Amino acid sequence: MRRYLLRKLGIYALTFVAAVTVDWSIPHLMPGNPVLTLMGRIQIQDPKVAQHVYDNYMRSFNLDLPLWKQYWYFWVSLFHGDLGTSILQFPTPVSSIIVHAIPYTLGLLVPSILLSWYVGNKVGALAARRKVLDNTALPVGYVLTATPYMWLAILLVWIFAVTLGLFPVGLAYSPTAGRGWSTAFLLDVAHHWVLPFLSLFLVGCGGWAIGMRNMIIYELESDYAHYLESLGAPRRLVRKYAFRNAMLPQISGLALSLGAVIAGALVTEIVFSYPGLGYQIYRAITNEDYFVIQGIFLFIIVGVLVANFIVDIVYVVVDPRTRIGMQGGQA
Amino acid sequence: MSATGTASPRSIAGAVDEHLPELPQPAMSGIRETLYFALRNRKLLVGIAISTAMLLFALVGPVFARHPALEYGGHLSVGPTTKDGYWFGTTLLGQDVYAQFVTGLRLAFVVGVLGGGIAALAGMLVGFTAGYRGGIVDEVLNMLTNVVLVIPTFALLLVIAAYLKVRGIMTESIFIGLTSWPWAARALRAQTFSLTSRDFVSLARLSGSRSWRIMFNEIAPNMSSYLFMMFILLFGNAILIAATLDFIGLGPSNTISLGMMMQLSVQNAALQLHLWWWFLPPGLAIMAIVGSLYVMNVGLDEVFNPRLRSM
Amino acid sequence: MSLAVDDLKVYYRTIRGDVRAVDGVTFGVEDGEIMGLAGESGCGKSSLGNSLVYLTGRMKYVGGDVRLDGAQLPIWDFEAMNRHRFTQISVVPQYAMSALNPTRRIGRMIAELLASRGVRFSEVEDELVRRLELVGLDGDVLRLYPIELSGGMKQRTVMVLSTLLNPSLLIADEITSALDVSTQKAVARMLVNFREHGFVKSMVVITHDISILYQVADSILVMYAGQLAEKGSAETIIHAPSHPYTRLLISSLPEVGVRYDEKKLAGIPGTPPPLLRPPEGCRFRDRCPLATARCAERPPFRQVEPGHSVACWEVAA
Repeated sequence: MRRYLLRKLGIYALTFVAAVTVDWSIPHLMPGNPVLTLMGRIQIQDPKVAQHVYDNYMRSFNLDLPLWKQYWYFWVSLFHGDLGTSILQFPTPVSSIIVHAIPYTLGLLVPSILLSWYVGNKVGALAARRKVLDNTALPVGYVLTATPYMWLAILLVWIFAVTLGLFPVGLAYSPTAGRGWSTAFLLDVAHHWVLPFLSLFLVGCGGWAIGMRNMIIYELESDYAHYLESLGAPRRLVRKYAFRNAMLPQISGLALSLGAVIAGALVTEIVFSYPGLGYQIYRAITNEDYFVIQGIFLFIIVGVLVANFIVDIVYVVVDPRTRIGMQGGQA
Repeated sequence: MSATGTASPRSIAGAVDEHLPELPQPAMSGIRETLYFALRNRKLLVGIAISTAMLLFALVGPVFARHPALEYGGHLSVGPTTKDGYWFGTTLLGQDVYAQFVTGLRLAFVVGVLGGGIAALAGMLVGFTAGYRGGIVDEVLNMLTNVVLVIPTFALLLVIAAYLKVRGIMTESIFIGLTSWPWAARALRAQTFSLTSRDFVSLARLSGSRSWRIMFNEIAPNMSSYLFMMFILLFGNAILIAATLDFIGLGPSNTISLGMMMQLSVQNAALQLHLWWWFLPPGLAIMAIVGSLYVMNVGLDEVFNPRLRSM
Repeated sequence: MSLAVDDLKVYYRTIRGDVRAVDGVTFGVEDGEIMGLAGESGCGKSSLGNSLVYLTGRMKYVGGDVRLDGAQLPIWDFEAMNRHRFTQISVVPQYAMSALNPTRRIGRMIAELLASRGVRFSEVEDELVRRLELVGLDGDVLRLYPIELSGGMKQRTVMVLSTLLNPSLLIADEITSALDVSTQKAVARMLVNFREHGFVKSMVVITHDISILYQVADSILVMYAGQLAEKGSAETIIHAPSHPYTRLLISSLPEVGVRYDEKKLAGIPGTPPPLLRPPEGCRFRDRCPLATARCAERPPFRQVEPGHSVACWEVAA
């Protein structure tokens, strides 16, 4: 087990290095002096601010230093938690922007991932049993999983917020609601949270339901299922085993789907002007706030790697084959 | 893949009954038999029908567009009408939604083919070689695949695209293709493993054929159906990713795509103004194309794998 | 009589029609008898054996009567058969090596299986361990996962499990096919041992390898194209077969220690008829050296001497 986890850690470390390198090298791939090019695009009016930004850039890029030193300094500042300063929201440091945006993004991601996984799997398992449910659930699942996240968000906003007025159109909380931990505020936050959450949840459900349904059918056709049935085991027992075994690839699937769900969360936030990482990235892109883009990118990478590692640990605990296989069990 | 972590062809395929005893079946030529089942599979037919309809729309649609897609016309925020040929109405700024729609539709197919094609090609090269050669080649390629697989490629695309000032549809497709192949590589590697362990490959090896020849003459034909299904999934995936990128503002410059239409509509408060003809068609089109492709894929799997055919 | 099968017909549903895998089969197995069921691939022997226990999705019961220890076996009723499965009739499947749930410890799986059948694990645990040791496995096997066992060990575990509740009839489906020759012998001996110990009363051993049957079986039933060709004692079938098919089958076996320099090993020319729309009359007609015009009519499975029946006009008219 240790070897397996260490191996995974190795891959993640490698990935992290690769990602950071890519992140660092992209500005350098642009022709000409990257700083001047960037400055030219931004066109800051205030000369004092312009000078500040220029100095910041020069410092960050260390263009006077040899390439490898620039690379090295990039890593150094990374480990100091210094991700640069935002241009648009000058002088707010990027790390501060990220820290303030995280709770909102996580507040959308975590519940929607977990709940859509749970509900989707349950529905998929049920669909594998009953033909009637299968005929309705499956097409719905395929349609949902083919729906672009932002379009579902748009649909939900238009129908439930704009037309029916049941939910707010956007933002995380009403500007008029007093902040602080009062019940009113919390209810307000929850009210604003429902539609974006629903958007992520529904698309996710579709995918998980389909996957689970197929996995269960696959498991029910397996040798051990047939053997149990030929020994007179009741359907209940066979289904229980099939369900448990079908869950395993669904767990590792969680890690795989992370990238797509994050992308979905980003665009959903944009539709709802929900002040999470997605919204910040959108603003950064529109305003060419490169440090913010780079910073959020790195943050997402780290988050995904950590999440992957957690899933790997869970998987090893749950599936005896990985545990034992790693100890060199007999084949 | 849009949140369908396990919706690889393997799992979409689902059931494989390996213990049907030998059934001596009367011979029907391979292709005719495939066609026989293909024509009777409802999922396949529906999927093909819808996606072909959309393709035709993309090809022929622009003929009926009366105005250039990006031109600001005089009629603002008009609903669908036959007057002046604004079939899908106009945007807040007077642009012809229909023209934008068909342009975007064409781009979507281009991205799908290019992006999906590149990903399929890369995935096949990596997966095939890894599965066929095994050993150290496999280890190295596997590590490469895992690294690229873990990276949230969307974030990567974000960064790359953000730095490119001028973006073309080609660049977008290439990037999408180069970042979505790992999943295909893994699936193809597994498929290669199961195929190379079969007898006809050992026979070919014994008779002294060179590796490349074996790969193309013996294995490739059997893989082709699997590869085709994989391509379809990658095609749909590329369209979804492209739409997401476009929506964030990283779409191709100097043109309009379905994702960009949605972005602009949201930016211009189309939701509040109930300009539904602006934001509904683009997403609907994507859903129709990708959804029909997925369903078609399931049908294809049933046709190609005799054991999955239901009564 | 332990098992009595009368005119059993089991077909496979396919899109193109019914494949008549078991087409009117009548035979019996006595208490304590080990009957071998032999024939080439696709002759229906596996279908026959398995249909007695468990009809898979594609199989459908068409007709016939099956009785075990006097009581009728409702093989057409999946739920009703559950009562008989494991307790009265059991099977060691062809896929024994992958028959155990990979994510459950073996002991736990057995306990859960028994519990679902209303048997307390604690009551049979000692006997289970005793039998495992009998086949050369340690009781500790129960604490392991299937992945930790070798193929042979898994197969032996399955054999013990299938016979744990002392069924009257055991169907052993190609259990030696995946093994090397020396292990085949050991497994075959194990089967006989089980009978000696009283774990099983009678057995039907399905195989395409007649040499195994020679070591193990009391009687052999030869099937061809979904129908019975010949049944007799092992001695008779191997040394004095009557049915032309059986004779060709036996003579096409290579003998140990004989070199085949000059004589070509003769297989049986031709292929079995398709079972989708089988020909009228004797199904071996097209490949039979003794075929006559009479064979256009299906020969009855008739007894030529006590314990020996043949379906052939030439031999048992």
